Amino acid sequence: MSSLPVTRIDARLAKLRDEGRAALVTFVTAGDPDTETSLSILKALPGAGADIIEFGMPFSDPMAEGPPIQAADIRALAAGQTMVKTLEQVRAFRAGDNETPIVLMGYYNPIYIYGVERFVADAKAAGVDGLIVVDLPPEEDEELCLPAIRAGISFIRLATPTSDEKRLPVLLKNSSGFVYYVSVLGVTGVKSAAAGDVAAAVARIKAHTPLPVMVGFGVKTGEQAAAIAAHADGVVVGSALVNAVRDSLVDGKATAATVKAVADLVADLSAGVRRGRS
Amino acid sequence: MSEATTLNSYRTGPDERGHFGIFGGRYVAETLMPLILELDQAYETAKADPAFQGELKALHATYTGRPSPLYFAERLSAHLGGAKIYLKREELNHTGSHKINNCLGQILLARRMGKTRIIAETGAGQHGVASATVCARFGYPCEVYMGATDVERQKPNVFRMELLGAEVHPVTSGNGTLKDAMNEAMRDWVTNVETTYYMIGTAAGPHPYPAMVRDFQSVIGNETREQIMAVEGRLPDLVIAAVGGGSNAIGIFHPFLDDPDVRIVGVEAGGHGMQVYNGHAASLNGGKPGVLHGNRTYLLQDDDGQILEGHSISAGLDYPGIGPEHSWLSDTGRVSYVPATDQEALDAFQTLTKVEGIIPALESAHAVAEAIKRAPQMGKDEIIVVNLSGRGDKDVFTVGKILGVDL
Repeated sequence: MSSLPVTRIDARLAKLRDEGRAALVTFVTAGDPDTETSLSILKALPGAGADIIEFGMPFSDPMAEGPPIQAADIRALAAGQTMVKTLEQVRAFRAGDNETPIVLMGYYNPIYIYGVERFVADAKAAGVDGLIVVDLPPEEDEELCLPAIRAGISFIRLATPTSDEKRLPVLLKNSSGFVYYVSVLGVTGVKSAAAGDVAAAVARIKAHTPLPVMVGFGVKTGEQAAAIAAHADGVVVGSALVNAVRDSLVDGKATAATVKAVADLVADLSAGVRRGRS
Repeated sequence: MSEATTLNSYRTGPDERGHFGIFGGRYVAETLMPLILELDQAYETAKADPAFQGELKALHATYTGRPSPLYFAERLSAHLGGAKIYLKREELNHTGSHKINNCLGQILLARRMGKTRIIAETGAGQHGVASATVCARFGYPCEVYMGATDVERQKPNVFRMELLGAEVHPVTSGNGTLKDAMNEAMRDWVTNVETTYYMIGTAAGPHPYPAMVRDFQSVIGNETREQIMAVEGRLPDLVIAAVGGGSNAIGIFHPFLDDPDVRIVGVEAGGHGMQVYNGHAASLNGGKPGVLHGNRTYLLQDDDGQILEGHSISAGLDYPGIGPEHSWLSDTGRVSYVPATDQEALDAFQTLTKVEGIIPALESAHAVAEAIKRAPQMGKDEIIVVNLSGRGDKDVFTVGKILGVDL
C-alpha cells in the first residue's frame, strides 16, 4: 500500500539492501545496569555499527530468556527501571538520532498494566518503531498487535523451528517490519544453530513473506555473525551484549569500561556482518 | 456485576479460545503454540473417547483409591457448636493429595500424544510427587522443577520424588518458589517441546490446561454430590476449599456452580496479613488482572506490572497468580474468596489434628480455618463440606520449627 508512510525500519532495511549487506540488530536491556549508563550504551550503539536496536523492557518473569537476559532484567529492575523510564530513554535517544530504528522487546504484562492505548500512543510519540512481545501469539492479536499497527508501530513476530507450513501464514498475517527467526528451540543465549539449517529455514519463511528475515539466538562473535549474515537479511545479538555489560561491572556497578565493552563487541559483530556476504 | 444475573450456567466455559470472560487465553511464546494447539485437539478427542475415560476410571478405582470418603467430622462439629462439617478426604488418595487425579489424566494424554519425557513444576511437592508417581507407573522419565526455598522446606517430598525415580531441579532464580519453578519448567518446555509433555499441576497456564485440569479434578465435586445426597438427602449449604493455583478448589466447586443454594467459598493464603505489602499470596483479595504463565488472571504485582513473590506458610499456596476460572467466578460473584492468615491456618492445623486425628496439609488447613470461623455462626441443621485436599505429613518439619520443636 503506497499510502503508508515509510517507517524507519523500512527505510533502514531498504538502505542496507542497496548496500548489499545484512543488518546487525543489537539487543540490550533498558536500565541495565542503571538508567544513565543504559542511555549511554543506547546512544553508542549506532556509532559502533548497530543498524537496528532492540531495547528490552525488563520483566520479573522473562520465561523465554536464558540466564544472561534474566540477570540483565534483574539488574535493571533492581536499579529502579520502569516503563516510563524506558520510554524516556527512547525519547532522549531520538533527540540525537532520527534514523536508527528502535524496537521495544519484552513481555506483555508491563504493557497491559501501563495500559495498551496509552502505551502505543506514548511509544509512538517517543520514537519507537516496532514491538516484539514474546508472549503474544497471533491468537491474541486484538490485545496489542492491532492497536500497535493502528498507531503506526510495526509488530514483529518470532518465527521458530516449530513454525511449520500451516503455522507460518498464521503468524505472518499481521506482522510487519521484519521477521525474527529464532534459530533454535530454547531460551536466549544458550544454543546456536548451524549455518546450513539457518539457510533452509530462512528460505522456508521467505516463501511466505516479502519481509526481511533476521536470525538470532546464540550468536556471540563476529565470526558467527558473518556465517549467519551470509544466509539472512540480518543477525540479532542480545545475550552476548548483556554479558559484556555484566563482565564490565565492579561490585554490580557500572565502570568507565562498561559502555566501551558493549561498543567494542558491537564493532566486532558489525565487521562480521559486513564481511558475511563478501 | 450484571453478568451474574444474566448467566444461565456457570459451567459452560471456557470458549474455544480458552477465555472465561476476560480471563484465560493462550499467552505463550510462538515456539510453543503449535504444540498448545495440538494438545487442545488431543485433549478434546481423548475427553470424548470412552476408552480414555474408562481407563482413567479403572486406575482411579484401584490405584488412586477412589472414591475418596466423605467423612462426617462429628467431634469438630460438636467442638465448634454449629453446622455439621463434612470433610472430603482427598488426603487419603494415593500420594496423599488431590494432585494424583490430574496427573493420571495427563499421563494418559501424554501417552496418546506419543511424548517420551515428562516435566512438572511443584511448590509443596505434592504435584511433584504425584507426577513422579504416575511416571514410575507408566515408565516415563520425569524431571521436576522446584524452587530452592521450597526444596528446603519440603525435604520429605523431595526425597520421595527421588525415590520414585524423578530428577528434582532446585530453581534459584527469583525467590526460589513456585512461580520461579514454573518459569524454569516453561524454559525447559520451549527447549524440548518436540519430545516433552509439560504436566502442569494446577488449573492455570495457557488454554487448554485450566479447563483440562478442572475436568480431571471435577471427580472430587461429582463424588461429593453423590455422597452428600446419600447421607443427608440434600446438597450442602456451604462448600469450602483452599485456593493457590486453585485445582482442588475448582474440582470440588465446579459441579456445584449451578446450584444457587450452595454457597461456595475459596480461601486464599493471607500470609502475614492482607495489610502487609507482599506479605501474602491472596491474588484475588490483594492483586489485579494481568498476564503471566500463559493466562490472564488476577496477579500479585507492583504498579509497573512486575510480579511480586508473595508469601505463605504453605509452599503450595505461595504463588502470585490463580487459575483464570477462579478470577472469573470471583468477578461474577458466584464464588466468594476470602483470606486466612498463616496463624489461622496453623491453629486450624492443630485443631483438626487434635480433635479428629487427621493431620491436614497446611494448604488444606486454610480451608479448615474458614470452616472454624463460619460453623459456629450457622445452624446445627446446616451442612458444610470442606475439601481436605492433602495430608500434613510433609509439613511436620515446618510446623515443628514454628512451634519451636527441633526435629
